[in-house]
Amino acid sequence: MPRRKKRKEIFALGNEAVVEGALLAGCSFFGGYPITPSSEIMEIMASRLPALEDGVFIQLEDEIASMGAVVGASLAGRKAMTATSGPGFSLMQENLGYAIMAEAPLVLVNVMRGGPSTGLPTCPAQGDVQQARWGTHGDHPIIVLSASNVQECLDMTITAFNMAEKYRTPVILLLDEVTSHTREKIELPNDGEYEVFSRTVPSMPPEWYKPYEETVRGVPPMPAIGSGYRFHVTGLTHDRNGFPTQRPEEVVELMDRIHRKIDQFFYDIQLVDEVQTDDAEVVVIAYGSVARSAELAVHQARENGVKAGLLKLKTLFPYPRRHTEKLLAHAKTLVVPEMNMGQMSREVKRVNMGQAAVRTINRVDGQIVTPAEILKVIMQG
Amino acid sequence: MSTFTGNEIIHQYLRHNKKFPHVLCAGCGHGIVLGTLIRSIHALEIPKDDVVVVAGIGCSGRLAVYVDFNTIHTTHGRALSFATGIKMANPKLNVITIMGDGDALSIGGNHLIHAARRNIGVTALVLNNSIYGMTGGQSSPATPLGSTTMTNPYGQLDSNFDTVELARGAGANYVARGTVFHVNKLEKIMTEAIQRPGFSVVEAITPCHTQYGRKNKFKNPVEMYKWMKKTAISVERYAELPEDKRAGRLPIGVFVERNRPGFEESYAQLRSKLQAKGGK
Ligand SMILES: Cc1ncc(C[n+]2csc(CCOP(=O)(O)OP(=O)(O)O)c2C)c(N)n1
Ligand code: SF4
Repeated sequence: MPRRKKRKEIFALGNEAVVEGALLAGCSFFGGYPITPSSEIMEIMASRLPALEDGVFIQLEDEIASMGAVVGASLAGRKAMTATSGPGFSLMQENLGYAIMAEAPLVLVNVMRGGPSTGLPTCPAQGDVQQARWGTHGDHPIIVLSASNVQECLDMTITAFNMAEKYRTPVILLLDEVTSHTREKIELPNDGEYEVFSRTVPSMPPEWYKPYEETVRGVPPMPAIGSGYRFHVTGLTHDRNGFPTQRPEEVVELMDRIHRKIDQFFYDIQLVDEVQTDDAEVVVIAYGSVARSAELAVHQARENGVKAGLLKLKTLFPYPRRHTEKLLAHAKTLVVPEMNMGQMSREVKRVNMGQAAVRTINRVDGQIVTPAEILKVIMQG
Repeated sequence: MSTFTGNEIIHQYLRHNKKFPHVLCAGCGHGIVLGTLIRSIHALEIPKDDVVVVAGIGCSGRLAVYVDFNTIHTTHGRALSFATGIKMANPKLNVITIMGDGDALSIGGNHLIHAARRNIGVTALVLNNSIYGMTGGQSSPATPLGSTTMTNPYGQLDSNFDTVELARGAGANYVARGTVFHVNKLEKIMTEAIQRPGFSVVEAITPCHTQYGRKNKFKNPVEMYKWMKKTAISVERYAELPEDKRAGRLPIGVFVERNRPGFEESYAQLRSKLQAKGGK
């Protein structure tokens, strides 16, 4: 086996790692509007992108424009992203829905802060979980990822771009302030060590091309605007040619396909890490920085003779149902700590269907959830 | 240039796989604006593949579906932000936005101001029919003082924006106004606007008899066209009019002509400078 080249190590902020990941994934367009605690992503992009061969950085007048510009750039063939926090995320929702409908791949990073409204600007929170799932109107699938440490900020950003391109859909990366403002040593992957996926472009002549055609994967190929394939893109419900339709059979076909293209690839999309879950009787289900506290708590619980384990969610939506169900074979208790009033424990309860006891730990005071707090609940069994 | 004229030119640019008839009311001026746009692009011999029409939401927004360019029907008021992303992603494209007055001046007002300030190389067409057409005739920021609308049954109390002054003040490179009655002039303006670097704004005054005319003493669409003929006056002649004769007249023509490079050009210059330094 060839010896692996030593990876370059850097000391980076979570937000900085997001930028590194994005650039490794091929991101060449950033449009945004500053907001704490996400601003470093934008600032670092502002210095990096213009120095790249076709990198575009643009500061827009607001988040609505940012999201519009990112969708436009995506349609024009770019791997594009934006970053924001709660209030900005709210403003992006209408155009996020547009991107889902138009099937424009892009990455939206939301570094959550306390809310509602302008809330707790620099305090950690996880209050946008359900906004990420249902913030835009209508029925739609969505992919929402998270990260719990700085290395994962890099890795999950690459994953976010890959999933966006693979499934022609916006992907949301939900971070919390602790993760994005932590500075840690991380390893930069060497070239070729990570997979980079780019959208499939059509191979048929333009006259044959149908922009919203059924395909086996449910994902139609996508040419860049201006590359010789002329078609219509709209937020209105459309037929296979992209033209508005209200015919029930065409409406249903489109809705089915945009759901199916995500649903049939759950095995690829739903990512989790498991710590000592094999025989766990008490399983903590956590994500983001809370998962770090949870991991320590689980180890401490084991030292105290409790069979505890951790299911760390790296994909929040579609909710990793099969990973959770598997644990219910031996788990008597599920503990769901989060920095909100219980936005993810709803999902856990939905899947649990009364099989195990579900204990929640909820903080909305802008403070982190500590290992001690989680340990206390684990020890209650 | 080809020997095609009038409708024959237009037919080459319509989408035959799109189900006609179109959604516009008889007498609506929006189709005339689309016709001038097509003829301008034809005259400039721009290949269809290099044209991107980015429309907002409204009756005006529906125009994009009929023409055989790259067409994008965006969200209400946001056409210019999509257009900004497209132009920056691929500056070689001719990016043209079609917006209604409600679309461009109300919900999209901020984007219009900043597209002008940024001087992005996009041509913005504002189809001003003084009303929200598609949603059934509510007042827009272009509804004249005193006019009656569905949301102003007692008459419009606040004054309307002047698109030209707004665009000029915000820094657009090229600002012009025409009407669908003065079609040749509108076509000439449109052609200039597309060629101009930086941000161009063309306001096209267009009648909406269905929602505006009926409620404001225009018996039929023809009267609205007659009104345009009567009130419009070239900006040069308008300038010579004494102050007291100006009221009620609508100056048309070119108001601002500057040649600042578009934002995408300035950006490309920055990029080559950074690359010459070996990146940063
Ligand atoms: C965010 C949002 N708000 C409101 C609407 C409803 N709406 C659709 S078209 C329109 C106004 C259209 O008027 P205008 O832009 O003047 O275009 P016209 O129809 O007159 O050509 C409105 C308010 C919408 N689609 N989206
Ligand atoms: S409602 Fe007015 S703007 Fe809309 S199509 Fe009819 S005439 Fe034109």
